[in-house]
Amino acid sequence: MQPSTRQTVRLNRLSLYPRLYYDTLSIPFDLSIVFNLKHSLIAAVFAFTLQSAAHADEIVVSAAASLTNAFKAIGDAYEKQHPGTKILMNFGASDVLMQQIVKGAPADVFASADQKAMDKAVDEKVIATDSRRDFAANSLVLIVPKDSTFAPASVKDLTAASVKRVAYGDPASVPVGRYTEGALKEAGVWDAVSAKGVLAANVRQSLDYVARGEVDAGFVFSTDAAVMPDRVKVALSVPTQKSITYPIAQVAQSKHAAEAQQFIAYVLSPDGQKTLAQFGFKPPVK
Amino acid sequence: MDQAWIPLLLSLKVAGWATAIDVVLGVAVAFGLSRWRSSARELVDSLLTLPLVMPPTVLGYYLLVLLGRRGVIGAWLDKFDIQLVFTWQGAVIASAVVAFPLVLKSARTAFETVDPQFERAARTLGVSEAAVFFRVTLPLAARGILAGALLAFARALGEFGATLMIAGNLPGRTQTLSVAVYAAVQAGDDSTANILVIVTSVTCVVILLAAGRLLPQRSTASVR
Repeated sequence: MQPSTRQTVRLNRLSLYPRLYYDTLSIPFDLSIVFNLKHSLIAAVFAFTLQSAAHADEIVVSAAASLTNAFKAIGDAYEKQHPGTKILMNFGASDVLMQQIVKGAPADVFASADQKAMDKAVDEKVIATDSRRDFAANSLVLIVPKDSTFAPASVKDLTAASVKRVAYGDPASVPVGRYTEGALKEAGVWDAVSAKGVLAANVRQSLDYVARGEVDAGFVFSTDAAVMPDRVKVALSVPTQKSITYPIAQVAQSKHAAEAQQFIAYVLSPDGQKTLAQFGFKPPVK
Repeated sequence: MDQAWIPLLLSLKVAGWATAIDVVLGVAVAFGLSRWRSSARELVDSLLTLPLVMPPTVLGYYLLVLLGRRGVIGAWLDKFDIQLVFTWQGAVIASAVVAFPLVLKSARTAFETVDPQFERAARTLGVSEAAVFFRVTLPLAARGILAGALLAFARALGEFGATLMIAGNLPGRTQTLSVAVYAAVQAGDDSTANILVIVTSVTCVVILLAAGRLLPQRSTASVR
C-alpha cells in the first residue's frame, strides 16, 4: 500500500524536532558526565568564594573610556604602593557608568569625562559630594585615518560632499559627543554634520571607527588620538564652549569608603598627576 | 511613538530581507547536502552551523574585517562605491548570517524525510529533474522549510551583537529595535526604553501567533 501524502507530511514534522537538536548540539545523554559536571561545578563555586574572600579590599573604579590607559597605569602603581588592595577598573561611557551606579552597581569610585554625568549622579544622590574633585583636563580634536587626504581648515569643512561619515559619541550618553555637539552648534554646522553622524557607544569606539577607515573623520579627545598614532592623525584641534574637565568622586554606597578616598587622593597626588600627564592629560583648570 | 515606529519598521525590513536570503540559500544548500554522498558532508554542515553557536560579536568582528572599507571584500566593493558597514544592508547581512543555520537545519531535515518513492514515481512519469524538485520534493518539505524560515525571522528580528558591530547605531538608518533599546538604556532614557520594549514584546507575540496560524496544529493535520 502506498502511504498517502498527508501521512508523509505528518511523519516529516514529527521527526523534525529531535533531529534538529541532535544535529545541532549533539547533547551527550550519558548521565555520568552530568554527575561529574555537578562535582566540578561545586568545586568551582568553592574556588570562587575562597578567592573573593582573599581579596577583601577590592575597589571598583568606574572610569570614563578615555581614561583607559592612564587609569590602568595608575591602578598598577597604586596596587604596588598598597599591597593587599586590588583595583578593579570598569571602563565605559561616563553616562553608562553613571546609570550603572544609579541602578546600584557596586562601584566605589566614579571618574567622569564631563561635569554633566557627575552632576546627574549627584542629583540622583549616589555620590559622596564632599569627595568630588576635578583631577584632569583634556581637549577635543578631529581625527582622520592616517592615510587620509582630507585636510579640513575648520569643522565647517565637514559639510563637504566628499565627507560621507563622521563618528562621534552619542550625545545622549557619551561626554565627547556632548562636547562635539556643542562645538558644531557653535560653528553652525550641527544639522549638516549630524546627518552624516555615526554614533559611537564611547570615545574609544569613535577612535576605532576612524582607525579602521570606516568613517572619514571622527571626534575624540586629544589623549585618545595619542593612543593610535600609527593609524590616525589629528586634523584639527576643536575649541569647545566649555573647558573639558574630569571630575572624580567616591560613590555614596561604597563599602570601602576609606580606600576609595585613598585612591582619589592618589590620583590627585603628584605621582598620579605625573602618570596622567604621561598620557597627555593636562592638570585641571582651577 | 515615532521613536518606536522607525526602529520597528527597520527591524521588520532587515529581518524580512535576511529571511528571504536565508530561505533561498538555505533551501539550495540543504537540498544539496541532503543528496550529497560524501564524507565531507557533515563537516560542511558543521561549518555552516557555526553561526548558531558562535558569539554574535565574533561573527560581527569577522564581518567587519571582511566587509569593512579595508577588508578583503569591502575594499573590492568600495571600487563600485558600495559600502556595507553602517548601512541597513550591512544589518541584513549580519542577520542573515546569524539566522542561516536555522533555515539550513530545518530544510535539510525536511528534505531528508521526503519519501524518495514519490520522486521516483514522478520520474517514471517522465517529469524533468527540475519539475521533480519544484512539484514534488519542495512541496513535501515546505512545512519544515516554513518552520525554519519563521525561526530565522524571529532570530533576525532579535539580532543585536553582530548588527551593532557591522551596522553601527545610526538612528533612523541602522538603529533596529534591539539596538534602539540598548541606546535608550545606555542613555538612561527609561521612558523610550519602556515604549521600545513593549513594541518589541507585542511584535514577538504577533509573530508567534502568526506562526501558529501558518503551521496548523498536528491534531488538525492528522485528521484523515
